[in-house]
Amino acid sequence: MSARTRFSRVVVVFAILVLGVWCGHVAAQGFAGLGEDAAGFAEVVPGKAITFPEDLGAHPDYRIEWWYVTANLKDAAGTPYGVQWTLFRQANTPGPQREGWASQQVWLGHAAVTTAGAHRFAETLARGGIGQAGVTAEPFQAWIDDWSFARIDGAAGLAATTLAAKGKDFSYALQLRSDRALVLHGDRGFSRKSERGQASYYYSQPFFTVAGTLTLDGRTVDVTGQAWMDREWSSQPLASDQKGWDWFSLHLPGGEKLMLFQLRGAAEAPFRSGSWIGADGAVAVLANDDIELTPGETRVMAGRRLPVHWTVEVKSRGLRIETAPLNAESWMDTIFRYWEGPISFRGSHAGVGYLEMTGYE
Amino acid sequence: MTVIDRTERSDRAADAAPLLRVSGVRKSYATPQGALAVLKGVDLTLAAGESLALLGESGSGKSTLLHLIGGLDDADAGEIVLDGVRVTGMPDAERAALRREKIGIVFQQFNLVPSLTVADNLAFQARIAGRFDAAWQDELMRRLGLAALAGRYPEQLSGGQQQRVAIGRALAVKPRLLLADEPTGNLDAATGDEVLGLALDLIRRTGCGFLMVTHSTRLAARLDRQVMLASGVLVTP
Amino acid sequence: MRQAYWIFATLLSHWRRHPLNLATLMVGLAIATALWSGVQALNQQARASYDRAAAVFGEAGLASIVSARGAFVAQDAYVALRRAGWKVSPVLEGSVRIGAASYRLIGVEPLTVPRGSPVSGLATGGELEAFLRAPGQTLAAPETLGELGVAEGATPSTDKGKALPPLVRDGTVAPGLLVVDIGAAQDILGRPGQLSRLIVDGDAAQPDAAALAAVAGDALRLEAAAEGGDLARLTDSFHLNLTAFGLLAFIVGLFIVHASIGLAFEQRLGTLRTMRAVGVPLRLLMAALVAEMVLAALLAGAVGMVCGYFIAAALLPDVAASLDGLYGAHVSGQLAIAPRWWASGLGMALAGALAASALSLAKVARLPVLSVAKPLAWREAQQVQLRRQGAFAVFCLVVALLAYVAGHGLIAGFVVIAGVLLGAALLLPLALSGLLSAGEGTAKQALAQWFWADTRQQLSGLSLALMALLLALSANVGVGTMVEGFRKTFTGWLDERLNAEIYFDAASAADGARIAAWLARQPQVSAVLPVWRAETRIKGWPVDVYGTRDHATYRVHFSLLSELPGAWDKVRDGEGVLVSEQLARRMGLGLGSTLAIPTGDAVWEAPVVGLYPDYGNPKGQVRVNVDHLVRHWPDARRTSYSLRTAPEQAEALIGTMQAQFGASLARVVDQASLKAASTRIFEKTFAVTGALNTLTLVVSGIALFASLLALTGLRLAQLAPVWALGVPRRRLADLEIGKLLVLAAITAVLAVPLGLVLAWCLVAIVNVQAFGWRLPFHVFPLQWVVILALALVTALLAAVIPVARLGRTAPQDLLRVFANER
Repeated sequence: MSARTRFSRVVVVFAILVLGVWCGHVAAQGFAGLGEDAAGFAEVVPGKAITFPEDLGAHPDYRIEWWYVTANLKDAAGTPYGVQWTLFRQANTPGPQREGWASQQVWLGHAAVTTAGAHRFAETLARGGIGQAGVTAEPFQAWIDDWSFARIDGAAGLAATTLAAKGKDFSYALQLRSDRALVLHGDRGFSRKSERGQASYYYSQPFFTVAGTLTLDGRTVDVTGQAWMDREWSSQPLASDQKGWDWFSLHLPGGEKLMLFQLRGAAEAPFRSGSWIGADGAVAVLANDDIELTPGETRVMAGRRLPVHWTVEVKSRGLRIETAPLNAESWMDTIFRYWEGPISFRGSHAGVGYLEMTGYE
Repeated sequence: MTVIDRTERSDRAADAAPLLRVSGVRKSYATPQGALAVLKGVDLTLAAGESLALLGESGSGKSTLLHLIGGLDDADAGEIVLDGVRVTGMPDAERAALRREKIGIVFQQFNLVPSLTVADNLAFQARIAGRFDAAWQDELMRRLGLAALAGRYPEQLSGGQQQRVAIGRALAVKPRLLLADEPTGNLDAATGDEVLGLALDLIRRTGCGFLMVTHSTRLAARLDRQVMLASGVLVTP
Repeated sequence: MRQAYWIFATLLSHWRRHPLNLATLMVGLAIATALWSGVQALNQQARASYDRAAAVFGEAGLASIVSARGAFVAQDAYVALRRAGWKVSPVLEGSVRIGAASYRLIGVEPLTVPRGSPVSGLATGGELEAFLRAPGQTLAAPETLGELGVAEGATPSTDKGKALPPLVRDGTVAPGLLVVDIGAAQDILGRPGQLSRLIVDGDAAQPDAAALAAVAGDALRLEAAAEGGDLARLTDSFHLNLTAFGLLAFIVGLFIVHASIGLAFEQRLGTLRTMRAVGVPLRLLMAALVAEMVLAALLAGAVGMVCGYFIAAALLPDVAASLDGLYGAHVSGQLAIAPRWWASGLGMALAGALAASALSLAKVARLPVLSVAKPLAWREAQQVQLRRQGAFAVFCLVVALLAYVAGHGLIAGFVVIAGVLLGAALLLPLALSGLLSAGEGTAKQALAQWFWADTRQQLSGLSLALMALLLALSANVGVGTMVEGFRKTFTGWLDERLNAEIYFDAASAADGARIAAWLARQPQVSAVLPVWRAETRIKGWPVDVYGTRDHATYRVHFSLLSELPGAWDKVRDGEGVLVSEQLARRMGLGLGSTLAIPTGDAVWEAPVVGLYPDYGNPKGQVRVNVDHLVRHWPDARRTSYSLRTAPEQAEALIGTMQAQFGASLARVVDQASLKAASTRIFEKTFAVTGALNTLTLVVSGIALFASLLALTGLRLAQLAPVWALGVPRRRLADLEIGKLLVLAAITAVLAVPLGLVLAWCLVAIVNVQAFGWRLPFHVFPLQWVVILALALVTALLAAVIPVARLGRTAPQDLLRVFANER
C-alpha cells in the first residue's frame, strides 16, 4: 500500500509538469485525464517477477517511474543534515520508443541539502533519447546532467554506489553501501493501491549506510549516516478525489524501518497505510486503522499552511512518537512545489527519517 | 542760484521728519571718452505729502537722480533713505520689493503693457504688490476719466489717456512716494496741464510724496517746491 | 502665488493679442516634435519587432557557445557539456521557404532554455505537453499566420517537402519567425545531430574558455553576449539614417520656434522692462518665462506627438516593406506606442523649446531695467554677429574635417555631414551679405540702391530662416543626388546581374534536377544554369554562398569591381572565390587574400580572386563554382536555376513550364518582373526618405514664413520713409517680394554645391559605413532646376501673407512711425 503514496506523488509531479497546473487544481481534473492517457502503456499486473539487475533500469513502456533517495547524515561534530536525490521519468505518449529528440521520454531531477539553517535545492529537466539523462541497469547508472546515482566499479547491483548532485550553492558526493537485499513491497513487488485495481511495481533499499562529503557555499564537510532508496514504476492513475498526502520514512532503533502515509481525500477520512520492515528485511503491511497521524504545529510557506510537527502512532507495534523537522522551511520551490525534509522523532522510539507533504493550499 | 547748504538741509530734515533723504549721492557713467560724472554729491529731502519739481537741462542728470531714488539704479556713493529704509546698496530683490510696494513711477513713454486692458494695466502693480483694492481701483478709474475705457487696449488710447492709466497704475498701490519722469513730455500743453492737475489732486488724497522731473518751469511752478540740477549738484532756481 | 499668477497672466496676455505669433510658435514646436517622434515611432516599432525576434530565447545578454570550426555544433557536444554540468540549451536556426516567402525557423529545447525567455514559459505553462508531444507545435505570430493564409492547426510544407508541426498562434513570437521543437527543426532543416549554437543560461555560473576546452577540446568557442540579434545589427544603419533625418527635420523645426520666440521676446521687451520697473523680481520673471516655454512645449509637443503618430502610421507600410525587402526583417504593421515614446517625444519638445529660447531668456536675464542704452547701428551689430558666426562656422568645418580624416564608422560620417551642413549654414549670411553688397555696387538708380541695401539690412532678421531653407534645400539636393545615383547605378547593375531570361525555384532538389533535365532537352533553351546556395557565418556575419556554373552569361555580363588575371578560370577550377564588396570591406579582404569560409563541418580556406558589387544586400556573399559548393556543402539548397533563351520566347516557355510541372515549380519569374520587384523594394526605401525630405522642405517654408512675419512689424519703420518719398504701397510690396525671392534664389544656388558635398558624404562615407558598398557619384543638373523653383515657390508662399499685410497697411500706420519717432 505504501506504493500508492509514492505513486501518487510522482503522478502528480508529472501531471503538474505536463499540465502546468498546481496539484491542487490538478486533483479534480488531472487524474481523470491521466486515466485516459494510460491506455497504450504497459500495464502493472500481479505475478510478474521482479528481477535484478534488469529492474534496476528504466521501464520506458510504463508511463511513469522514479529513483528516489533520501539520506539522514551527520558530520564529525554531530550536526545533522538531510540529502535528497530524485530522478523522475515520464513518457509523453505510449507506443514504440522513438529515437533522438523524438523520444517521448522526459526526465526531471530534484536535489536538496537541508540543514537546520538552510534548505538548498536544485532542479533540472532533460529530454530523453539524446543521452542527457537516462538509467541503465547493468552496470547500474542513473543520471541527469552532471547528477548521478551509479554503481561503483566492481560492485554487484546496488551494493556500492555513488550519489552526486550539484546546485548553485551546494553539491554533494556520497557513497551508499548495503549488503542487504532489496525489499519488495506488497506481493513480491506488486503493490496494490486501491480496490479499483490501481497498482505499481515497487521496491526499496532502506538499509544504505552513507559516507561522503557535502559542499555548502564552498565549504566542504565530511558526513556519515543512513539512506533510503525507493524505486517505483507504473502506468495507472490515482483516484480523482485525492488532494495530497503526508509520507514518512523512519529509521527506527535496532535496524527496523517504518514507512507510513496518509492520502487526504477531499471528502472522506484520510486513507492510511504503511510498511513495518524488520531488521531482517521482512515486510509487514500496516492496516488503515492501525495508524494514527495527528498534525501539530503549522508553518505558513508560499501562502500555504503546512503541519511541520506530527504525532505518529502504530498501535499494533506500540509506537507513539512526536516528529520535529530539522528545518521547518524545507520547501521545494520548484516547478511544482512541496515540502520534503529530514525529521527527528522522540517518544516510544527515537530516531531520524524523512517527511514529505504535498497538496496543502 | 545758491548751493543748498548742508546746515539748511539738516534743519529741514529735523523739523519735517522727511519721507525721503538723499545725501551726498554721486553717480558717473563709463563712456568711450572716460568716466562721465553726472551727479557730484546731491543732497535732497522730501516730506510726506510734499511735492517737488526737479528742473534741469537735457543731460543734466535729473532722470538719473530719479532712477536712483526709485531704486532702478544704484549710486556710486552717498545715501538715499526712503521711509526710514536705506535704498542705496540694497540687493536687487529687495529693491524690486521696494519699487512695487512703496514707489509709483510714471514714465514719459507711459510704459503700459500693450497686451493688457486699461483696467488690468491700472491694477497691474497693485496686483503684483498684493495690494489690489477694488474700491480704490474704481475711484482711480473714475477720477482719471477711464471708466468708459476700461476694456480698451493702450494702442486704442490717446497719449493723454495712456498717461492717465500710467498715473493710475502708479497710485493704485498707494505708494509712499510718486516719481514722475517728464510725465507730460509726450503730451500737448493743454493735455499735460490736465493730466498733471489730476495727478496732483490724487496725490493730495493719498498723502504721498511727489517728485517730478521736468524741464518746464510752468509745470514746476504748480508744485510745492522746485530745485534745479546743474553741473551735477542741486541749486534752487 | 497671486503675484506669480499675475505675472504669468500678463506674459500670456501677449499671445492673445498676437495669435499669429502664437500659431507659428506652436506650429514650429509641433512640427519639430511630429517629425522627430514620427521617426522615433517607426524606429521603435521596428526595434520592437526585432526584439521579439531575438527574445525567443531572452537571449539579450546571454553568452553562447558556437563551433570553432564550421557552422554547426555537434549534438554530442551539447550532451557532453550538460553532463559536465554546463547549463546550456541547444538552438538550431535556419530559413525555410514556404510558398513564395522565406521564414526564419528556430528550433528550441523548452526544458533547458534559460528562464525568463518567452519560450521558457513553455516549461511552466500549459503548452509544454502539446509542444513536446508528437506532432508538436509551430509557434508563429498572428501576422505570420495571416501571411501564410492559414488557420491554427495547419501544417504547411516547406519547399523541401517537410511539413511543419501544426501552427499555433503566439503573440510573443516575432512576425516571420517560426518556433518549433529542436528535434522538429533538425528534421525540417535537414540537420540531424546538428545545432547552431548553445545558449548559456545567464543565471548559472558563467563558464570560461579554459573550462570549455577541458570538455570539448578546441571544437567549440565561447561567444560573448551579442548586442542584439542579427536583424538589429543589420538594420542599425537604416534606422540611423531615419534618425538622422528626423533630427534634421527637428532642427529645422526649431528654427521656426527660435524665430517665433525671438519675435515674442522682442515684442515684449517693453513689457518686461515695465514689469521690472514696477517691481517684479527678476527671478520670478525668469521662472514665469521658462514656465511659459514649458507650457508651450508640452501643449505643442502633445499635438506634435499625435501628428507624429499619423506620420509614422502613414510611413510604416513603406518602412516595413523596405525592411522586409532589404533585410528580410518582418515589422508588425500595427503601430504600437510605448510610454517611452511619449516621454522621449515630449522631452525633445521641451529641450528644443528651451534651446530655441535660451538666447532670448539670457537676454531677459541681463535686461537692464532702464532702456537708456542706445541700440548699436544695425550694420555694426550685424558685423559683430557675422564675425562671431563666421568663427563658429569655421569651427564646425574643422570638426567635420577632423571627423573625416580621423573618424571611423557611421557616427563619424554623420559628424562630417553635420559639421559641413552647420558650418555652411552659418556661413550663409556672410555669403549673402557679400553678394548683396556686390549687387549694391552695380545699382545705378536710387531705388535699386535702396533695394540692395535694404535687403542686406533684412538679412540679420531673415538669416535663421534662410539657413533653415539652405539646410532643407541642400538636404534635398544631396539626398536626391544619392537616390537618383543609386537608382541609376542599381538599374544598370540589375541589367548586368539579371541577364538570364527566366529564373525559377523548384519545390525540391529532385524536382529541380527533373525540371533542369527537361529544360536541357528543349531546343529554345540555350543554357540551364544552377544557382545553388548555402548559408554560413563568417565572424558572426551571415553570408550566402552561391554556386554557379562556368558560363559566358557570367564571364561576359557579371561585372567585377576588380579581379586577378584569369579570375573566372580560377573560380571554375575551385582555386578561388568571388567576394561581394560588402564582405570584402567588412573583413578587410583584397584580391589574393584568403577567406576562411565555415562549411558544415570544416573551414574552407579560399583565395579571393575577384570583388563584385552587391548593392543593397545586408548579408555578405561569396560566389563559387557549383561543383565546389556541393562538395563543401552537401546539403546546399539545390532548387534555384536561371535559364537562357530568346527573350521573346520567355513568356511562352514559362507557360509551358508551369503547365508541365505544376507544384514542382515553386516559383518562376521572368527577368523583367524580377527587376521590377527588386527596384520596387528600393523605391519603398526611398519613398520614406523622399517623404521626410518633403516634410523638411515644408517645415523650412514655415520657418521662412515665421521669420517674415516677425519682420513685417519692424519693417514699417524702414518702409515708411520710402513710402513718404513717393513709392506706392503696391510697389513697396512688390519690392519686398522681390527681395525675398532674390534671397531665396541665392540661397538655392548656394544649396546646390552644398547638396553635392552632402551627396558625396552620403555616397562615399555613410553608404560605405552603413551598407558596405560605394556608389559611383553621378550629378543630375535637372534636379537643381527643380530645387531652385522649389525654393522660389517656398519663398513666394511664405512671403505672400506678410507682404500682403504690408501692402494693406493703412497710411496712418505708416504715419504713426513718424509720430513715434522722436
